[in-house]
Amino acid sequence: MASSAITAGSEPVFHLEEEHAHAEGGSTMLGFWLYLMSDCLIFAMLFAAYGVLGGNYAAGPAPKDLFDLGLVAVNTTMLLLSSITYGFAMLTMDKGRVGATQAWLVVTILFGLAFLSIELYEFAHMIHEGATPQRSAFLSSFFTLVGTHGLHVTFGIVWMVTLMVQVARHGLIEANRRRLMCLSMFWHFLDVVWIGVFTFVYLMGMLR
Amino acid sequence: MSAHDHADRDHTHGGAAHGSLRGYLIGFVLSVILTAIPFWMVMTGAMDNKQAAAIIIMAFAVVQIVVHMVFFLHMTPASEGGWSMLALIFTVILVVIVLSGSLWVMYHLNANMMPGLHEMREMP
Repeated sequence: MASSAITAGSEPVFHLEEEHAHAEGGSTMLGFWLYLMSDCLIFAMLFAAYGVLGGNYAAGPAPKDLFDLGLVAVNTTMLLLSSITYGFAMLTMDKGRVGATQAWLVVTILFGLAFLSIELYEFAHMIHEGATPQRSAFLSSFFTLVGTHGLHVTFGIVWMVTLMVQVARHGLIEANRRRLMCLSMFWHFLDVVWIGVFTFVYLMGMLR
Repeated sequence: MSAHDHADRDHTHGGAAHGSLRGYLIGFVLSVILTAIPFWMVMTGAMDNKQAAAIIIMAFAVVQIVVHMVFFLHMTPASEGGWSMLALIFTVILVVIVLSGSLWVMYHLNANMMPGLHEMREMP
């Protein structure tokens, strides 16, 4: 059997003789998507921890005593608005309009900062009332989950500022378009995680 | 070779399409509706049955996540030659195992450990 494969004295070749050329950055989007999926697993762990520990108040404050759904609704609106304005930035980027792209990025950053400010105000208010992360397992897991999401938003804003500088210096070149597309995925992904946060942590917490 | 290169580049652009203004607006309006209804339900206490309310809220969340995936993240079964979708399906399976497994195991652990708690209280 083996001898039949080796015919006419030449070794059989089971691989391409030369690797075909890849366009530069052609696999970046898939690679970044895989990163987002691994990030998704981090959040899954934190959600699982919150799901297990979320009912252990240690005779401390419960969600009903702490959460202000009106504030969370405003927060959710800020993040959703920042998502759509980033979408507008991508649309103007497609048309090659640098000024409009930068302007939409600024609007997105402002909404992102509004989200962070409201979240920090909420955290400060809770800590002021004695609901610190050390108070109970519920609060430890709450601050870890929501705080991790907030950190992601923070770094997303830092990344956005960096890209605005890049676009200002080099314009909407191919590399910058690719980077903006990666950040687009990151930003929309954070909004997807927030859907989980406001549903499982805030809304279900109030139902408990 | 260069023709192949060109085709490759075109393909990646097609896979990572940024959608249209219409797509973003549809996604946004759907998200607002899908966010507003659960908030309204919980804030006004429209549902007496808390378990049913929780299930409905979770259903809204799942639908909204799909809306975001389609209209904002532009996921299609064909993007990146299907690898994005494959990675997503794999991740969703892992997430479901982690979440349901943790909750199930720890619920039973808690239920079985409860008598111990009472004994602890009666200790001197």
